[in-house]
Amino acid sequence: MAMAASIAVEGRCAQARMAPPSRLGDKAFEWLTLAMALVVVMLIILIGWQLWQGSSVAIRKFGFHFLTTSMWDPVAEQFGALPFIYGTLVSSLIALLIAVPLSIATAAYLTELAPLWIRQPLVSLIEMLAAIPSVILGLWGIFVMIPWLRDYLFPLLKRLFGWTPFFTGPIYGPSMLAGGIIIAIMILPIITSVSREILRSVPNLQREAAYALGATRWEATRIAVLSYAKKGLFGAVILGLGRALGETMAVTMVIGNTPQIALSVFKPGYTLASVIANEFTEATTDIYLQALFEIGLVLFGLTILVNLFAQLLLRTITTTSTTRAVQ
Amino acid sequence: MHSRGSDNHVWRKIKSALAAGIAFLSALLVIAPLGLVFFHLLVNGAGSVNWDFFTRLPAPVGAVGGGMVNAIVGSLELLALAGAIGIPVGVLGGVYLAEYGSARINAILRFLADVLNGIPSIIWGVVVYGLVVLRFKGFSGYAGGLALALIMIPLILRTTEEVVLLVPNGYREAALALGVSRWKTIVHIVMKTASKGIITGILLALARVGGETAPLLFTAFGNRFWNHDLSQPIAALPLQIFTYAISPYDDWHHQAWAGALVLVTGVFCVNIIVRILTRGRAASVV
Repeated sequence: MAMAASIAVEGRCAQARMAPPSRLGDKAFEWLTLAMALVVVMLIILIGWQLWQGSSVAIRKFGFHFLTTSMWDPVAEQFGALPFIYGTLVSSLIALLIAVPLSIATAAYLTELAPLWIRQPLVSLIEMLAAIPSVILGLWGIFVMIPWLRDYLFPLLKRLFGWTPFFTGPIYGPSMLAGGIIIAIMILPIITSVSREILRSVPNLQREAAYALGATRWEATRIAVLSYAKKGLFGAVILGLGRALGETMAVTMVIGNTPQIALSVFKPGYTLASVIANEFTEATTDIYLQALFEIGLVLFGLTILVNLFAQLLLRTITTTSTTRAVQ
Repeated sequence: MHSRGSDNHVWRKIKSALAAGIAFLSALLVIAPLGLVFFHLLVNGAGSVNWDFFTRLPAPVGAVGGGMVNAIVGSLELLALAGAIGIPVGVLGGVYLAEYGSARINAILRFLADVLNGIPSIIWGVVVYGLVVLRFKGFSGYAGGLALALIMIPLILRTTEEVVLLVPNGYREAALALGVSRWKTIVHIVMKTASKGIITGILLALARVGGETAPLLFTAFGNRFWNHDLSQPIAALPLQIFTYAISPYDDWHHQAWAGALVLVTGVFCVNIIVRILTRGRAASVV
């Protein structure tokens, strides 16, 4: 009897415990997290809308000429963004020319060629380079790099390549080339670390097959790893380009900030990001501010396109490795 | 025939060694700027990092001395505000991606977060200028904090998602089997298990935005005086370094180097803490 009662009591307790818990908390939490995740969508729309709204008058007034004319005269209310677009593209191109070979060679060294004990410390150092704030690199650029470039590297380049139109004219120091070099330093870590991830994801079978055929370490790296990972490495480079286009502080501090289109990389230049940084708080008239918003819109469009392209290139490689915890 | 074959082999060996040598030199070149920047920061900055630097306001133009206490405190206030907005949004959004949602929607959200992470920080400054500064007619600490928060959100969202995904499914199943509701399972079991990783992501995001200058140029704007009213322009360490670096005064240049040394030390300390945190993680299950 007593036993039956205790069983009944236990049963009731179990029932109470097993009673479906209120779903309200579950629903509320799911909706809350969903709302936070949707902030991402909202932010993209917010950026596009703000930039569009902020520049609508300028877009109507200047039309397509904004992108194709090179007169930037706030006093006369003449605004053409071409020198900034040119400066952004050229400085980023210089940066890529310097950073891409170095980064990919470093990534290959880190995954294929280096002794094992050296790999982790090197990776940590590269992560620390990535952590240096842009403004500090700019400070170093102004007071250390530019004097060195002006006194040593630029005269050397002028002597060697002075016969081409790219290395002519007087040497000031702040220049397109200085901007390109500082951007290169800033994008080295990201291209290196993404390339390293890509090379690490190359299946070992590739390497084993190459070694089985008698390849040396370098041959295996070149034939079995680098060429296998070509598409991913291209994605890493494009991702680096996306960062290069938007680099602001360090570039602003060393590029010279002169809106001109000059072939010589010794001449100062100006980028989309640096004109915003320099002139935004000085924009006294509405149309001036509008023009700067439109510069922002151009920069946003450019980086979005480049980033989308990079993500598409990288996505196809990484999706296979990411699996969801809860299906 | 035989000798030619072995010559060829020797040549290929040499080529391999050469390639390894070039790759090693590349790696040295990649980390060289780190060493150079740090060396020059110490040489130029260490002399000006003194008690005054941490306790005094900037000296007026022309006067020697002074410090950056207002900028250091201002940066901390901006980070606190950015964290208050950015951390909950980023963490909960990341939890959604890891725990709920269809694969398709999550792929899109993840993609958008990655795209947001690639947007230049100066753009965030312009957007927040339009959103807050123009609307409320003035630069303010709120605007600066918001700009930093918006940069943090996609960063934290992605790192949170990654570490929450690492929590073994058995943990969830065990909790659910005991009758714990789904949201309590997520908060008390899953997020708790992944807490080290989540905190790592938050710290890295804070270190990243703590060094940002571009989004603060026309939001927080900077201030040479004490200000704890977030509705007014407020000083920040990176902003002050920028202003001093491009100024024509030698004394300000010294201050800029000192500020840079302090900022880099802060950023590196956070990175080292993160490294210590993640070393523990490699050993445990998660």
